[in-house]
Amino acid sequence: MAKVANERLRARKLLLDALKMPETLPALSLADWELLLRVARRARVLGRLESALHHAGLLGDIPPPVAAHLRAARNVIKHRKTLISWEVNRLLWALKGIDAPLILLKGTAYLLADLPPAQGRIFADVDLLVPEDRVREIEERLVERGWFKTEIDPYDDRYYRVWMHEIPPLRHRERGTEIDIHHRLLPKTSHLASAPAPLFAAARTLADPRLRVLAPADMILHALVHLFLEGDPDEGLRLRDLADVHDLLCHHGQEPAFWASLVPRARALGFQRPLFYGLHHAHQFFGTPIPPDVLHELEDAAPAWPIRKLMNRLIPLALLPGHPDHPSHLAALARWLIYVRAHWLRMPPGLLIKHLSHKAWLRFRGFRKRVDLAQLDLKQQ
Amino acid sequence: MNVGDLNRREFGEQLAGDGVALQFGPFNLRLRSDLDSFAAHAHQLYEPYPLPETTAICDFHVQICAPRGLRRWLRRQACFGVDGQFPFAPYTVEHAFPALEWGINWCVATRAHHLLLLHSAAVERNGRAILFPASPGNGKSTLCTALVHSGWRLLSDEFGLVRPEDGLLLPIPRLIPLKNESIDVIRRFRPEAIIGPSFLATRKGTVAHVRPPLDSIRRAQEPARPRWLIFPRWVSGAPLTLEPMSRSQAFLMVATNAFNYDVLDETAFRLVTDMVHACDCYSLVYSDLNEAIPALDELCNSMDR
Repeated sequence: MAKVANERLRARKLLLDALKMPETLPALSLADWELLLRVARRARVLGRLESALHHAGLLGDIPPPVAAHLRAARNVIKHRKTLISWEVNRLLWALKGIDAPLILLKGTAYLLADLPPAQGRIFADVDLLVPEDRVREIEERLVERGWFKTEIDPYDDRYYRVWMHEIPPLRHRERGTEIDIHHRLLPKTSHLASAPAPLFAAARTLADPRLRVLAPADMILHALVHLFLEGDPDEGLRLRDLADVHDLLCHHGQEPAFWASLVPRARALGFQRPLFYGLHHAHQFFGTPIPPDVLHELEDAAPAWPIRKLMNRLIPLALLPGHPDHPSHLAALARWLIYVRAHWLRMPPGLLIKHLSHKAWLRFRGFRKRVDLAQLDLKQQ
Repeated sequence: MNVGDLNRREFGEQLAGDGVALQFGPFNLRLRSDLDSFAAHAHQLYEPYPLPETTAICDFHVQICAPRGLRRWLRRQACFGVDGQFPFAPYTVEHAFPALEWGINWCVATRAHHLLLLHSAAVERNGRAILFPASPGNGKSTLCTALVHSGWRLLSDEFGLVRPEDGLLLPIPRLIPLKNESIDVIRRFRPEAIIGPSFLATRKGTVAHVRPPLDSIRRAQEPARPRWLIFPRWVSGAPLTLEPMSRSQAFLMVATNAFNYDVLDETAFRLVTDMVHACDCYSLVYSDLNEAIPALDELCNSMDR
């Protein structure tokens, strides 16, 4: 038992140290690297480590069998960047003549606005925020021009259309890349206010005037809302989203007006609680420099102390991937509690119970999402 | 040390405990399993494969295990896991061995993006390699098995692993899975070939694994330079033809058939271009191994005259 506990601690320390002090990585033993590669892959931060080592000029000091894994991660990221940039290009082509503001979100925004989190980050799909009254027009145009509505079961489709802040993803027929079209940052049913108009008003225009990204504070608040309120019970909270927040805080924090505006903006949008947790844990995991008066200003956004104590325990458990060979029941419970909490904030109790029982039923039936390995065309991966 | 240096009991205990580390060409793999029938198959078929040095890192941590929780008692199943994740539907326990072999392929295809991964068999003789890029059903594995039992060295049956630094092919001499009629074709062609048990009614039909000759396994760290690109097609009853193919066509067939051509982008373009320039390209139609093998031998011998 003590051996398992030690191994779990070792996995946790390796990942945290690697993220906070990548310059110490060349001193790692091969045995430590082996575990770190597994944990970092699970947390999807291998590319981040590669990028940090590259910028520190330390890649040459990494043992060749480890460097191969890092290079593989870099190649995939580079490829995904090409795909996402091209998808945005095609999107602009498809939407020619539709004069609606298009705000890029998350990874797509970091990439197109050339922000630091883009460097070692894996990109999955294109996320867009558009005014709700333009969604139908945009969706119809994309379907005319080669995208199709992904097949989802009627329950999920209804879930999206009636309650959510986005429509079911569209996928391109040939390229396979997915586009998620949002019209707000949180579901319509959420307790937290999420009227999108102020986001559009503050958005910044990119070099191509049709494209925008959220204002610096809004971008960070969105990353945090996404981190804390869009969970997956198996994956837990996404450490890589918190890494994005760290990068954005370091980057925008250099603008003098940024810190003064952050807390007031969070209050105006109703996101002070996610900001409270986000700043606290970004500092804890990444050592993000945060001015003390900002933390002080946020004190009243903290929850009552028993909740605060509990969340201080749950959030790190849900954020860290754990040891691949020694999964912990406590961490699984934390992930589940955080997931339920996220849904609690996303929808009223009656709906929540109905929704979670439906999901639990699907999980009980089992293996719904799993694919058949033998039939899998490996090239499609 | 080889797998065969562990007796059946030691091997089974290690599999069920911390796992056994195995070396397959450029990759080290840590394998765990709590399934006794699987341990028996693995011990027999992996016998000559080397164990990596204890200080080396393992690239993939895989397991083939009984499902967790209630399912363990409901049905006798085997789940393929990698790094503690179980991304695939379970198999019946009888198919645990082929499931593991497919699982390892999946690991290579989805993770080894530091190499260009061609979908191709590859064999070598006198320092020169033939690549056989082909889609499933074209008799690639059958031809490859016949060649490696006729004096050629097995580089790979599934993955043409191209190292970007120098364009050399890295051997990955794993077991060769034969399907359906191919199993008897090889039994007749080379009765001495070591073929594992036939797994009936898998999701790919009947599957049996051929163990490559010892020389191929021992020389797994010796890369080879590609010299021929040959696109095989098995056609029942067809006379043998071995016809030159244009480089441009060969380029397209290699590039579109690779696992990660798009991921490696410009590097992949350069590697395939260089390869097509350095190789003679042919299309091969065959129905009889006794005609095909001498024709390929002759191609190789003509270089040495």
